[in-house]
Amino acid sequence: MIIMTRQPVHFYQVGSFAVGNRLLEVSDRTVQSDPQRFDSLDSGHRACQGCGEALGARYALDAAMRATGGQLIAVNATGCLEVFSTPYPETSWRIAWLHSLFGNAPAVATGVAAAMKVKGMNDVRVVAQAGDGGTVDIGFGCLSGMFERNDDVLFICYDNEAYMNTGVQRSGATPPAARTATTEAVGPEPGNVFGQGKDMPRLAMAHGISYVATATVADLHDLENKVEHAMQLHGARYLHILVPCPLGWGSASCDTIKVARLAQETGLFPVFEAENGVVTGVSKIRHRTSVESYLSIQKRFRHLFAGSGRPDIVARIQAMADQNIALYGLLAEDAPAEITREVSA
Amino acid sequence: MLRQIEGSRGVAETVARCRPEVVCAYPISPQTHIIEAIGEMVKAGQLSPCEFINVESEFAAMSVSIGASAAGARAYTATASQGLLFMMEAVYNAAGLGLPIVMTLANRAIGAPINIWNDHSDAMAARDAGWIQLFAETNQEAADLHVLAFRLAEELSLPVMVCMDGFILTHAVEGIDVPDQRDVDAFLPSYEPRQVLDPAHPISIGAMVGPEAFTEVRYLSHLRQLDALDLIPVLASQFASTFGRESGGLIHSYETNDATTIVVALGSVLGTIKDAVDQRRALGDRVGVVGITTFRPFPFDEVRRALANAQRVIVIEKAFSVGYGGVLSADVASATHDATISLHSVVAGLGGRAITQHSLEAILDDAVHGRLDSVTFLDLDLDIVESERARIDTQRRSGPSAENVLSDLGTVASRIG
Repeated sequence: MIIMTRQPVHFYQVGSFAVGNRLLEVSDRTVQSDPQRFDSLDSGHRACQGCGEALGARYALDAAMRATGGQLIAVNATGCLEVFSTPYPETSWRIAWLHSLFGNAPAVATGVAAAMKVKGMNDVRVVAQAGDGGTVDIGFGCLSGMFERNDDVLFICYDNEAYMNTGVQRSGATPPAARTATTEAVGPEPGNVFGQGKDMPRLAMAHGISYVATATVADLHDLENKVEHAMQLHGARYLHILVPCPLGWGSASCDTIKVARLAQETGLFPVFEAENGVVTGVSKIRHRTSVESYLSIQKRFRHLFAGSGRPDIVARIQAMADQNIALYGLLAEDAPAEITREVSA
Repeated sequence: MLRQIEGSRGVAETVARCRPEVVCAYPISPQTHIIEAIGEMVKAGQLSPCEFINVESEFAAMSVSIGASAAGARAYTATASQGLLFMMEAVYNAAGLGLPIVMTLANRAIGAPINIWNDHSDAMAARDAGWIQLFAETNQEAADLHVLAFRLAEELSLPVMVCMDGFILTHAVEGIDVPDQRDVDAFLPSYEPRQVLDPAHPISIGAMVGPEAFTEVRYLSHLRQLDALDLIPVLASQFASTFGRESGGLIHSYETNDATTIVVALGSVLGTIKDAVDQRRALGDRVGVVGITTFRPFPFDEVRRALANAQRVIVIEKAFSVGYGGVLSADVASATHDATISLHSVVAGLGGRAITQHSLEAILDDAVHGRLDSVTFLDLDLDIVESERARIDTQRRSGPSAENVLSDLGTVASRIG
């Protein structure tokens, strides 16, 4: 079953294949295209140029603000997003925002939600957010507890696949072969090892919570739709957003969207949603490409292409992408029909 | 009305009358009876509106309390021992954020070796966390201190830890007059937060603070703790007039007017110490007791005044800093800073070993006759210690000391005193 039909008409720009807004009805346009958007994470923060997390956070929270009519409280784990947004007094947060610790954002959010309940402020909704380290590693215990209790919190993971704030160290979300400061590109198996890491969205689904979705910063419509849908539900919900990190991934700052799109288009990052533990929809791959196109523009995978290269390792990564494609049915039999019209950029 | 109830029950009923709004629970002995009882009251609808949340760890328990308190709810939890250590990062965070959470600490030893019985190692491990730490001498005081704790916490916007001896108090059944609901309501107004998460007035809480302001922020925390030294006696006085009995305060002196030897201690052992003092006084020794109710902030002036006329001070403490010595002794020494006072540290009651009146009287006898060392481990079995030392000296792979000592003793739990 495919439920991703909230935007029945797609207009893709030539080259980028980004979804355009200009030919859509105003009501179908993204929150970000609205000059009156809330700007939950305001300009002036200290994120790196091309930071995917800064984009993802603003996209997600602005959508959540619109969905809740501005009745939102955000809890933030320690990490890049927390550090670059609040070198006080220069906070970039225009929403009610609390940072406590690295590993406890889900539990703190549970407490905020409980307070809202006892105060009878049932219209106020709670979002907790963390990077991948704060989600799959140090925050996992609290996150699993929050899921299991089905507390009324939307937890958003901004996944940039390593500990970027501390200088690019491996996390449980770092992909195989990726160079980090603790998985250097040396030795016979350079970079991060194969066969490790957590599939966090599926772990979230295993808790049987009402809504689990993945998204990337490359597909704004999809990301915003998922946030809006999540905010219409109650109980524990999980959104896992892939946010490329130019610093840690060694990609060009201007390529953040491109890298995110390629992650999805290669099948390495399946974009899907699930309700009550069952996958209910996937974003089909429109223009399938090999993993080389994704890997070769990131310095964290440079060792796979230097000299004679490591085609054996690239082949293993391709096999992972192929496995995702098969598992989630990412290839659209009706792909041409979905693309109704291309718009010149 | 006095009722014969368990200490934990008395605390639970008192906390309930403080109208907590979010209560977190994670089981760890010996505090479990408290949160079990509150959980039952919440489930029965007696505390509405109140959310009772069974969390997956103590770290989550304190973290949920942080979120609830920052969002304007009166938050309570309880823990002990390993649980306090497991939540320690959040314990510091709650204080740093200035959130008036109240937590019961059912004092218990810290492993390894694992041990569920009473001492004060857990409270001492948290003494620098920025929490106000109050120690209960009796179950009545344990109950009463919670009412004072919520009031104190919310007036100062600081978290308060009420320390009560695990098992000795938590599981002891004795007469407790649970504070009357009307009196509690008169004494404890509803929580008006100094800072709150509110979508209508959005603020950022928990921002990064660099060297330009960190010292000032920390100093402000210190000043608020010092403010507590002024406020605690005022609240204790108000408590006495509202509830008709004395509880709380900074310190309590017993038979110190003419005392040349004064024993200083925290918590329930004060009762046994007073009995020992009575015995020694009957024999003509001029001995007295100072019980410290408020351990953090430390009441330097009051302690100094209380000990001003003593020639000899004996600090009996249920914890010590390994490689250093007594923790409370060091605080007392820095309060008195009087070289003419002979200060003795007696480490006692570790891991639940009973502190008997007989042993205390022997300590007082030694002290009065100038035989007490500067540091003494009460009722230490030196034969067992020497046996293990010899084993370590004679064989490289001597094995784990704890298990060796138990093997030498031969039987388990044959001795508590």
